[in-house]
Amino acid sequence: MLDIQKIRADFPILNQKVNGKPLVYFDNGATSQKPQVVIDAISKYYQEINANIHRGVHTLSQLATDAYEVARGKVQHHINAKHAHEVLFTSGTTFGINLVANGFAAILKPGDEVIVSHLEHHSNIVPWQMLCEKTGATLKVIPMSENGELIMTEYDKLLSGKTKIVAVNHISNALGIINPVKYMIDKAHEVGAAILIDGAQSVPHLKPDVQALDCDFYAFSGHKMCGPTGTGVLYGKEEWLHKLPPYQGGGEMIKEVTFEKTTYADLPHKFEAGTPHIAGGIVLGTAIDYLNSVGFENIQKQELELLAYATERLSEIEGLRIYGNSKNKTSVISFNIEGIHPYDIGTIIDKLGIAVRTGHHCAQPIMNFFGIPGTIRASFSFYNTKEEIDALVEAVKKAKMMLS
Amino acid sequence: MTIKDIQDEIVDEFSMFDDWMQRYEYIIELGKNLPLIKEEYKVDENLIKGCQSKVWLQGEKDNDKIVFTADSDAILTKGIIAILIRVFSNQTPKDIIDAEMDFIDEIGLKEHLSPTRANGLVSMIKNIKMYALAFDAKK
Repeated sequence: MLDIQKIRADFPILNQKVNGKPLVYFDNGATSQKPQVVIDAISKYYQEINANIHRGVHTLSQLATDAYEVARGKVQHHINAKHAHEVLFTSGTTFGINLVANGFAAILKPGDEVIVSHLEHHSNIVPWQMLCEKTGATLKVIPMSENGELIMTEYDKLLSGKTKIVAVNHISNALGIINPVKYMIDKAHEVGAAILIDGAQSVPHLKPDVQALDCDFYAFSGHKMCGPTGTGVLYGKEEWLHKLPPYQGGGEMIKEVTFEKTTYADLPHKFEAGTPHIAGGIVLGTAIDYLNSVGFENIQKQELELLAYATERLSEIEGLRIYGNSKNKTSVISFNIEGIHPYDIGTIIDKLGIAVRTGHHCAQPIMNFFGIPGTIRASFSFYNTKEEIDALVEAVKKAKMMLS
Repeated sequence: MTIKDIQDEIVDEFSMFDDWMQRYEYIIELGKNLPLIKEEYKVDENLIKGCQSKVWLQGEKDNDKIVFTADSDAILTKGIIAILIRVFSNQTPKDIIDAEMDFIDEIGLKEHLSPTRANGLVSMIKNIKMYALAFDAKK
């Protein structure tokens, strides 16, 4: 059992008032809050070892390089990658997906196919559309059902020898649905296609095992898992990272440069041009340590309890509809109240100290599917409490009264 | 009444409220009296970009003045656009272009001017002023 009060004490931001009310932070799907150890580690880096990495012979540069590479090792261990050089530090999930999509421009030909799903964030749609425009490949979309699940029989039908890459999220940001990624990875491999998993929404809730999953790429962000903004990871299987061309040119990513020809550095540096977010990478390691010290089993248990409680309590409200009723869900509730715009509810409950996300959640195709302008999304983290859910329910009731 | 007179009147009305709830309830009330845009004008060209909710705005010349009508699918947004229309409708293009917007602050809606609010108050004001500029140029 987690001692929630002890956990909450780790997050200084939670202990404040917003609009005169105690903050209830339910926008964890957008970004998580940061524990004190993470905040301290950022200062400590700049106070003690700040230097550029992989190039200096001086002591600070060595210390910073070591710390950065230790962090890479932590990520490798956390996601169970076979090699540390399969872990690329990025600025976030979006960068990772763009890196892969850009690399596939060198591989795809007209007539080839790329598969995404109806449940994707725009970040996992637009780079693939751009890739298709560039190469003449065709974008195919796995449809979803009324309860927000992807239809696997339709996925099976879309796969063929023409499929070159599949890109799908592990967990949907707008609805919180957990997709059957293991099945999807195996099926993609059966037709010889590569597969990228967008893990932006999964890494705060679970520990992905990339070898067990056998995915070719797994992209995620640091800031949703208690780490700093501007950090992220792209895992890629060694053979794929050798196959893909570099994404950005610059310092760090080269072996030798002449005006006639440049040879590229080995993995992972081939994909890490320029001075990276050194503090961010190091502190992402700190965030991973923190989450593991809380324990993912504990995190999941607490979050699922919150999800069940919130689903039950919110269902008390007449006219409230929850989108995405799959049993395979993480701690996200996307809902609307009949006849009321989500923006109106979000604005009123903000005045009551409740932070939720309203709008289309960068997933307009999902909103179009349900024929709605957007939803109110409450996303819970392990540091949230049932009392906070009670506050949300009361706030939504009050907003409903004012607005109807 | 001049734009400034109407703004002062609105500031007066809002000064009677002690808390945000009363202010918001009043905005909702104002939204119900919004001069509604004709259905035929509720088209994409009249949609204001930059709003999380949909807002349609239409301006028509009536002699030397501009008359505005609007609608929105969100109630609070409807109230906010109703306030703007009360200030700017039936005014000359020149007066609209020259109008100061300090009253937004004074009625406690400053937070809606923040770009992160995504309710597009800034875009609404911009669109109203664009109408004024366009009609002023045609003179």
